[in-house]
Amino acid sequence: MSKSIVINLVRFVVLVFIQVFLLKNISLYNLSTPYLYILFILLLPFETPNVVLFALAFIMGLTIDAFYDSPGLHAAACVILAFVRIIFISITVQKDGFDNEPEPTLSIMGFRWFFTYTLTLTLFHHFFLFNIEAFRFSEIQYTLSRFLLSSIFTIFLILISGLLFFRKKERK
Amino acid sequence: MRNLWIFISKYNAFFLFLIFEVTSLVIYVKYNSFQKATFINSSGEITGSLYAKFSEFSGYLSLKEVNDSLARENAQLRNQIKSSLYVDTVTKHKVTDTVYKQQYEYIQAKVINNSVNRSNNYLTLNRGSDQGIEKGMGVICDKGIVGKVVFVSGHFAVVQSLLHKDSQFSAMLAKNKEIGYIEWGDDLNPHRGVLKDVSNNALPKLGELVVTSGYSLFPAGIPIGKISNLHTKAGGVSLTMEVALAVDFTKLDYVNVVNNKFATEQQGLEAQQKKDE
Repeated sequence: MSKSIVINLVRFVVLVFIQVFLLKNISLYNLSTPYLYILFILLLPFETPNVVLFALAFIMGLTIDAFYDSPGLHAAACVILAFVRIIFISITVQKDGFDNEPEPTLSIMGFRWFFTYTLTLTLFHHFFLFNIEAFRFSEIQYTLSRFLLSSIFTIFLILISGLLFFRKKERK
Repeated sequence: MRNLWIFISKYNAFFLFLIFEVTSLVIYVKYNSFQKATFINSSGEITGSLYAKFSEFSGYLSLKEVNDSLARENAQLRNQIKSSLYVDTVTKHKVTDTVYKQQYEYIQAKVINNSVNRSNNYLTLNRGSDQGIEKGMGVICDKGIVGKVVFVSGHFAVVQSLLHKDSQFSAMLAKNKEIGYIEWGDDLNPHRGVLKDVSNNALPKLGELVVTSGYSLFPAGIPIGKISNLHTKAGGVSLTMEVALAVDFTKLDYVNVVNNKFATEQQGLEAQQKKDE
């Protein structure tokens, strides 16, 4: 339990750092911007209570917002992401099947499940993120192209990081 | 109450979602001036586009009234443009001289109607009795004589041009002052007149200038044209010659109406003479 807290705390800090100091400066043609920090919410343990999950997503969003000068934007998208995560997990995973507070990582859940999980959640997050940011329908084409290209970039990075921290022993 | 609590805790994810989402959106709208400004506007975008669609539709129903009002406005505006206004100010060229008494006064006028291709041609001027034009006054332009005023109304005058069967003006050869009279030629050519009744010993030359004599409505010396053809018939009482008119009647624009101030006096005197005979 305490180990999980420490791991997630470290993960939180590291992801915020990567997002703010590295990925914020990476933007392909102003269209494709990766938001890797959502990995933190994706990788929270299955057993996390909903309140904690929402609160953490909200805090994560606000932290990113603080660096991006857009209070509330990432928080709103992250809360949506957390909600989608709860629904997705309740549909696809039987909670009783895990004893050791497992996390939805690539090494534990397998590539197929993790890929679907990442795809769905990233798409939801990015869709709302870019649309709340644009806040109008008049540039919907530009917004949607940003959303799609950024999603591809983010999913790519998440899968890469999942493979980087792949530990075969954990696979049950 | 217990059921409500169960309900809420069963769907706690959704309610938590609502709470956090609303919170973040409130923060978002409140602290970002752009979204704050467009929050009202984007809702206005929808209503605005609906209104636009509706007015586009209802616009067709009122097309007739709009057309009428536009036509009325057009007419009103047309009334205000300069070309349709009747210019009331008249420029009169007048010389105040203490040695000479002014005999001729010129009233500027614009030709607003003109014809050259009939056998009796008239011009219409935009000046009338209000500006001092009277029947019988002569009309000249910068190049030469034009005709004489035959009808006058308040604001307009009709001029019988030189190109008229009945027009006849006293003329003379500029060099030797031999008197004759100028008429329009028989062939209805607007550029050619005929100088008649010039005495036999005048010896006119081709190209000689023909001017007004001062015996008629015009001051002496106003150009009429140049001799273009001599019909010298031996044994005739007088000479007749063709004159190329100086004025191009097809291009008349501005003319001057000549007011001979002594005309009434002269006519009165001459009438008296006739009475005596």
